[in-house]
Amino acid sequence: MTVSALPTAATPSVRSRGFDPTWLLWIAIIAVLLFLVVSPFLHLLVTSFKSEKTGAFTFANYAAAYGRERYVQALINSLELGACAALLAGVFAIPLAWAVSRTDMPGRGLVRTLVLATFVTPPYTGAVAWILLAGPNAGWLNKLFVMLTGAESGPFNIYSFPGLVLVIALYSYPYIFIFTTAALELVSSEMEDAANILGAGTWRTMRRVTLPLAMPAILGGLIICFLEAIALFASPAMIAIPARFNVVTTQLFQFFGNPVRVEVAAAYAMPLLVVTISLVVVQRIMTRRKGFVALTGKGGERRPIALGRGRWLMFGYAMLIATLSVFLPYMFLLQAAFAKAWGRGFGLDNLTFKNFHFVLFEHATAATSVGHSFLYGGASATVATIIAVGVAYIVNRRLIPFADGLGFLCVAPFVIPGVVLAIGFYSAYAPPPLALYGTAWLLILAFTTRFLPIGYVNANAAIRSLNPEMEEAVRVLGGSRMTAMRRVVAPLLKRSLLGAWLLMFIPATRELSSAIFLYGPTTKVVAVMIFDMSDEGNFEYLAALALILQALTLPMLWIGQRAIGRDFMLRRTAT
Amino acid sequence: MSKLVLKNVARHYGNVEAVADFSLELKPGEFVSLLGPSGCGKTTTLRMIAGFVPPSEGTIEMDGQVISSPSGVVPPERRRMSMIFQSYAIWPNMTVGENVGFGLQVRKLPKAEIERRVDKILDIVQMRALRDRYPAELSGGQQQRVALARAIVVEPEVLLLDEPLSNLDANLREEMRFEIRRLHDEFKITTVYVTHDQGEAMVTSDRIVVMNKGRIEQIDPPQVLYAKPKSRFVAGFIGRTNIVQKDGGTYSLRPQSIGLSTSRPAGNAVEAEIVGRSYLGEYWDYQAKPLSETKALRVSAAPSAIFEVGQRVWLEIDPAAMVRVE
Repeated sequence: MTVSALPTAATPSVRSRGFDPTWLLWIAIIAVLLFLVVSPFLHLLVTSFKSEKTGAFTFANYAAAYGRERYVQALINSLELGACAALLAGVFAIPLAWAVSRTDMPGRGLVRTLVLATFVTPPYTGAVAWILLAGPNAGWLNKLFVMLTGAESGPFNIYSFPGLVLVIALYSYPYIFIFTTAALELVSSEMEDAANILGAGTWRTMRRVTLPLAMPAILGGLIICFLEAIALFASPAMIAIPARFNVVTTQLFQFFGNPVRVEVAAAYAMPLLVVTISLVVVQRIMTRRKGFVALTGKGGERRPIALGRGRWLMFGYAMLIATLSVFLPYMFLLQAAFAKAWGRGFGLDNLTFKNFHFVLFEHATAATSVGHSFLYGGASATVATIIAVGVAYIVNRRLIPFADGLGFLCVAPFVIPGVVLAIGFYSAYAPPPLALYGTAWLLILAFTTRFLPIGYVNANAAIRSLNPEMEEAVRVLGGSRMTAMRRVVAPLLKRSLLGAWLLMFIPATRELSSAIFLYGPTTKVVAVMIFDMSDEGNFEYLAALALILQALTLPMLWIGQRAIGRDFMLRRTAT
Repeated sequence: MSKLVLKNVARHYGNVEAVADFSLELKPGEFVSLLGPSGCGKTTTLRMIAGFVPPSEGTIEMDGQVISSPSGVVPPERRRMSMIFQSYAIWPNMTVGENVGFGLQVRKLPKAEIERRVDKILDIVQMRALRDRYPAELSGGQQQRVALARAIVVEPEVLLLDEPLSNLDANLREEMRFEIRRLHDEFKITTVYVTHDQGEAMVTSDRIVVMNKGRIEQIDPPQVLYAKPKSRFVAGFIGRTNIVQKDGGTYSLRPQSIGLSTSRPAGNAVEAEIVGRSYLGEYWDYQAKPLSETKALRVSAAPSAIFEVGQRVWLEIDPAAMVRVE
């Protein structure tokens, strides 16, 4: 019996090297990346040197951006804020990460879940909750203090620099937690045993062996946290502005107000960009430094360190952090969402469902804004997944020359803060010829670029884990590269790509810092809606809307955990 | 006519010459091994035959048709070959049956025919009972059998094997050598087998190509390769040997070609002292230093031939066993 469906011996033809269809794909992907990544970046740069009126080359924008002391002060405030928030977040995260990954602290799974709950709480939702908790006079913690001590007024004021530091640290410490646990889980018990057997106790071993091994990752996490803090728009806008100080992002927002001074904004964004790029480079060098075997080798066996009675102390610390970041905020968000007036307390006479009814059915744009968020988030996550998979495949299989350059373009947006990215997109695509301002496309494109690095890192990891021999086996047996993609690569990547999609979709549904500069009258997203409500002081409606957004996130988390594992959002590839 | 012909094939990566001037002809149904240390170019050669790597120079022909040349290659999927990979490359998303039937599906055979052939080949590799299992539930040896079945069921023109046994443990490796040869005897598929293990090559092959640093050292059947190595490299790589200098020439002298005795034998002999010994169960491995030399020779002797370190012995050397090497 001979197999005859394939060409017989007489027919094989030698394919010429002249034209290769992969070149078309190459050109298409380059075009897309130029459009999504390079062009907005170049426009940002060019705009910062362009005269608003004549379009000629000028330094005037830089002069305008740094001509006033308060503009410079805003920059200094941002750096101080970033440093303080990162340090405080480190105080929250590092002991927690160590306890969860290396000790016998009780409730480690619970603590992980609570960190996840913190991580999926948008910074603006957290900020609003803390306004309810620690607003001067009316804040619940102040009321409690007055009630307990009989004092005239409470000591807490969220509208202050320390208040802002606390709120930012509470909702960004998961970044450090993720980096630190990832590193600690690679330190094998044998390394610690080696120190123990030479006479070092638990604490000395931790200080001299475990922590130094994890140090590059911890510093990397601190840097990411710092960058998050200085790029954040929502919490500073809600807290710093009433406290009468500015940071870079709020100042940028003011340059973007009426009239829009995009040239000055572009110039003013440059230091933020430079700081971010340099720190990301430092972070990459640090976490990739050779010699830290613990971060490159296999984990080996790991036994939890027995803390004795200290385990309950550690658990108490974890619960304290969870109280500040999850329990108290959600308790009072719930109270506000179901209250006629949030200041009137927990009585049954204050209970109502009308806030939910109002935002869902009566408010002119609240419900549609939720729809927009999910639609734009879904579209951008899908586009970004396709680009990420395509580029990651090309890079890993070395299908074309200079493929690594494409990979670089996919991760490059990581160093561009959301507000800065938005200014780039605004100057590139808001004016004619594309004139995308006010359309959904501008938001979808910006979200795609913003979350593309997450998609690429995940797609790359997934494809790297695929042995190319799997595809070669298909081809040797007579299947084309497309057959290999369809029958082997796609089924094997399904789960991890669903994970990558969710890791982009979830943050995209709550994205504020780029959306605030790019939305139009008919393209408002839910984050902007929430921000507007906080401006108007409608905390009951706001709380209801914020809780609806959180509730809608739960099924996505469930799908992600089912598809790719319980801690899928708390992995290194997630950030 | 030859089945597969490689003519002066070379492959460069930048300035690195992975394979140089490689010429080989395979008769239909022949089993040829490419044997050499890692980095000798054997896998690159195999991947050139498969069509994954285009040659920098030379041509590859199958049944008289050029299928690879520097100006172009027939893609792997149109060569009607099969390949077994070092990692087995069993697709984890398909059952054993689906894996094995894949190549037949691509060839658009009727469903019933696919079923029949898959069952038949799974019987032959003794995997029929595991037809509906997924690869993750199989042992390494079972995965290896699936890979064999998947490659053979399409009745390829040429079967390529890339170090297929290197991931198995020692006992299984031994067993699978014979299995591969058995399947070859049954199906008579022209086969190219890449390995760094001389035992595997000797058990399975009709001829062995010994490669070193991208070049062919020698092509011969196993017995010839062992008895008449052409170079020092081959002599040292295939089995153990002593390299001795005599009359200005270099010779290979196998340890088991040297006789050991306490009294002077009749033939050509030298007196020596035992300077070391190891007992390996199947034989003694003695190090005997001729009194006139500084370097000891390795000599194999039966387990019953016991000599003590320091003992004087006679080494009996048959001049015919001394093979001149380059």
